Amino acid sequence: MTGWTALFYKEVLRFWKVSFQTIAAPVLTAVLYLLIFGHVLEDRVQVYEGVNYTAFLIPGLVMMSVLQNAFANSSSSLVQSKIMGNLVFLLLTPLSHWSWYFAYVLSAVLRGVVVGLGVLLATAVFVWQSSVLNMSLWPAQPLWVLIFALLGAAMLGTLGLIAGLWADKFDQMAAFQNFVIMPMTFLSGVFYSIHSLPDFWQRVSHLNPFFYMIDGFRYGFFAQSDVSPWISLSVVLTSLLGVASLAVHLLRIGYKIRG
Amino acid sequence: MPAISFQSVSKTFATARGPFQALDGVSFDIDDGEFFGLLGPNGAGKTTLISILAGLSRATSGRVSVRGVDVAAEPAQARRQLGVVPQELVFDPFFNVREALQFQSGYFGVRGNDDWIDELLHSLGLADKAAHNMRQLSGGMKRRMLVAQALVHKPPVIVLDEPTAGVDVELRQTLWQFIAKLNTQGHTVLLTTHYLEEAEALCGRIAMLKQGRVVALNRTSELLAQAASQVLRFKLDGTLPPALAARARVTGRIVQLPANDAREIEAHLAAVREAGLQAEDVEVRKADLEDVFLEVMGAAAHQTDQPGALA
Repeated sequence: MTGWTALFYKEVLRFWKVSFQTIAAPVLTAVLYLLIFGHVLEDRVQVYEGVNYTAFLIPGLVMMSVLQNAFANSSSSLVQSKIMGNLVFLLLTPLSHWSWYFAYVLSAVLRGVVVGLGVLLATAVFVWQSSVLNMSLWPAQPLWVLIFALLGAAMLGTLGLIAGLWADKFDQMAAFQNFVIMPMTFLSGVFYSIHSLPDFWQRVSHLNPFFYMIDGFRYGFFAQSDVSPWISLSVVLTSLLGVASLAVHLLRIGYKIRG
Repeated sequence: MPAISFQSVSKTFATARGPFQALDGVSFDIDDGEFFGLLGPNGAGKTTLISILAGLSRATSGRVSVRGVDVAAEPAQARRQLGVVPQELVFDPFFNVREALQFQSGYFGVRGNDDWIDELLHSLGLADKAAHNMRQLSGGMKRRMLVAQALVHKPPVIVLDEPTAGVDVELRQTLWQFIAKLNTQGHTVLLTTHYLEEAEALCGRIAMLKQGRVVALNRTSELLAQAASQVLRFKLDGTLPPALAARARVTGRIVQLPANDAREIEAHLAAVREAGLQAEDVEVRKADLEDVFLEVMGAAAHQTDQPGALA
């Protein structure tokens, strides 16, 4: 365990030690969304041909959980360390800015993926039990599922890192989460296909990088999506490259962490 | 090659009330193997200087190096040589004592360090707390844990920023015995403390900072020799004559006056008698570092007219 792996392991152990809060709670939240929205909207909303609404909703909820938890992991760890003052233990070490970046983002990806798998398993059980669906939850194209889960989690883990560096107080962090991350996630097509939106809002949705993460992820399940997965992949990769460059730059200059 | 070298180090902070100079051209070297004390009142710039050395903060101008490695140009290389005990009592509430030490070791790329971690825990009286969560430790234990975390990668240069604040007498002794042992084994030690008797007992050389400037830098023995050799101490009811008051340190009823010889002692007492006052519990003691410190700080106050500095 050397250098960045030590920091990665510390970050993983940190969320694992409070897994009831960091893993079980978000899984329960996603299952509640599925129960309520699935029940209310099952027969009212038409999304893709041959795909019923609950089946459509599950990948959206899984991806939403992946994204939110990846963000929560890096952002809350950093802001807590800043406020508690124990970030000094890292600042005194020779860890490079790349080590910081990979350790924080990969641990965020791991938490996102673990929560996502938890949601998938829990919803699968629910779907089987309700026996309303003659559907398979096995993804049509698992590789796309994996690629978008990992890239989406990396993107949100990186955003969490940036937010954690920027925020000096918990309320600033809450503002970032509630006014940026939540709206972008909810308006990305977790609960609907953007084809059901008016023309104007469809175009607005196309400006939201979160839309491409969820759309690409869903393509992996149904081999159907609002836009081509290749377009989604290029948008997500480009966005990730952009935010990653910013995060690494901020770490290199010690933004708000070195005086 | 000095263990630590400060060359014309200045630091200016931007504050709401305009720029503020916390350090103003600080220069001195600390040799390999020295036990060096950095003293100064609150806000003198001690912690700012240590933050720049440790890479927590950047100097506005000047150069700081650790064993020849520039802390700004090669920060990773410089930090490997340093073990820093921060002033604030900070800890990570997620982990137990052993985990915290293993992680800290890992950050420095040190593997298979468990024997040294056990030795640290034993030497610092934390062996029975290894499996305890950091939150369960008392203040003194958390303080010793900061020392353990600073030493986990066996740094050649150890920096202690107020390490004994809030630590009881017995544990302070344990801590100093341990640090002194490391010093005799060849580790360089830079210490800031408010306990001047500790600095006097431990440090071979001392620098005094005031308002961001070095106002004294010498061997401890020579600093002590510089000051008046003795101090006349007595209790008094009433107001000291102005000629004596200007030189005296007064704490409640206790008056302390520097005196170089018996004649001066007699003169002080005569002045008290002539003012119609009665000195009680009269004693003469040797001057200590606190007397030197107050003398140096007093002299520096007359020389500078700058407003107070931030820490």
